[in-house]
Amino acid sequence: MEAFIDNFGLIWGGFLATVSLTAVSGLIAFAWGTVLAAFRVSPVGPLRTFGTLYVEIVRNTPLTLMFFFWVFIVPTFGIVFPLGFWPAVVALSLYTSAFVCEALRAGINSVGVGQAEAARSVGFTFSQTLGHVVLPQAWRSAIPPLISVLIALTKNTSVAAGFAFTELVAVSQRLINANPVDGFFIFVGIAAMYLVITIPLGILAGRLERRVAFAR
Amino acid sequence: MKKAKWAALGVAAALALAACSSDTPGDDGMSPEPTGGAVSEFPEGSTMAKLQEAGTITVGTKFDQPLFGLKAPSGAPEGFDVEIATMIAGKLGITPENIKWVETVSANREPFIQDGTVDMVVATYTINDERKKLVSFAGPYYLAGQALMTLSSNTDINGPDDLAGKNVCSVEGSTPAQNIEKNYPDAKLSLFAAYTDCLEPLRNGQVDVVTTDNVILAGYVAESDGEFKVVGEPFTEEPYGIGVKLDDTDFRMWINDVLEESFSDGSWLAAWKATAGTVLPDPAVPTIDRYEVN
Repeated sequence: MEAFIDNFGLIWGGFLATVSLTAVSGLIAFAWGTVLAAFRVSPVGPLRTFGTLYVEIVRNTPLTLMFFFWVFIVPTFGIVFPLGFWPAVVALSLYTSAFVCEALRAGINSVGVGQAEAARSVGFTFSQTLGHVVLPQAWRSAIPPLISVLIALTKNTSVAAGFAFTELVAVSQRLINANPVDGFFIFVGIAAMYLVITIPLGILAGRLERRVAFAR
Repeated sequence: MKKAKWAALGVAAALALAACSSDTPGDDGMSPEPTGGAVSEFPEGSTMAKLQEAGTITVGTKFDQPLFGLKAPSGAPEGFDVEIATMIAGKLGITPENIKWVETVSANREPFIQDGTVDMVVATYTINDERKKLVSFAGPYYLAGQALMTLSSNTDINGPDDLAGKNVCSVEGSTPAQNIEKNYPDAKLSLFAAYTDCLEPLRNGQVDVVTTDNVILAGYVAESDGEFKVVGEPFTEEPYGIGVKLDDTDFRMWINDVLEESFSDGSWLAAWKATAGTVLPDPAVPTIDRYEVN
């Protein structure tokens, strides 16, 4: 218990690192995932193929391999970025965007076909139909799965501990090594720090769901 | 009376001759003794006498530490620890082919000494107070310590004081990483789960330095084909000792004598140069610690 309190500064630093990694990767993943979802429902064949291939490859590959690729393999081709935060952001956002895409696509499919047909009949282009009619409705039903994706992302940031980014899990390894007697408390304390991030996300999901609910 | 005196003289002469013949290794055919060097008289019942009598010794060493104790699939292990053990065995009149090598890893060194599986352990074995409660240490015969490894082409890092603003790679939670964080706070640490994870980033220039014990680094240098180098002197001290049974003070002190002799006659440095010295700079001669067992 003492070790946890004495080192709270270090743990707080790890907590902020986890939160910022989650936030930055989450934002990029949501943007790129939305683009991918648009690709997958677009009338342009090559874009649909690209979207499908991307999702199937990325979604079915272990996250650790993605990290390995960006930290150890890519630099051997001469593309070298500093170790730590940015390789982790790239790996996590590319990985998570596949799941964002699929959650959104499910939302898009839940919007009645009549909506898109009506938009087209008044002369909307594909992007107008998607942007003004379909997506605003798709978001609503996509929110619960999207929050699940965000919670999964929060926990997935722990993989970065093994790839030179000092976040919560890396801090816990350091503390347990230095204070083996207090291992249990440090372990429980670190787990609680994750709950501090994920439980509010769950509550937020419930609130948003109620607010945007609509009768079908 | 006179007769007895002459007989005694004769015995003494014979003894002196025997000692002489074993003292001179190049004495072809004359001596059945090994070419290992001086064989002295040991007190009755001592470990030295028993080992000399048996003509064989069992030594625990590492089989996986390049330059110190590394064993190919066939043949005897090779390295600085192996040379030191062979030299000590030689002083007991035991030839290299009569040494039985047993692999000792970090976790089984104390039990192997305590239960007599091995007669001594020479295995990058750091002397510390916890271990001194279980076994006795002769030596130290080498002072290892934390050092820095860079690309061979690097010229601007020559010691820990050059680390400010540099990317330093080590292992999360390790003592070397803590040392850098505490004493060289201007260095930027990248921490992985294993030291081998640091090698690829070092090649790619993502980190400038890898830091841990110089002995581990030397192993990577030996395998890197000239790509890496160890820079500067170790900046912490890990004294390597020879582990023997806790209460066997005679054997321990005798090994200390052998080590001191090897320091002064150059055989210690020769053993170093032939093994770890191919990668690491020549170390200063360590001071033997003849501590009291409590």
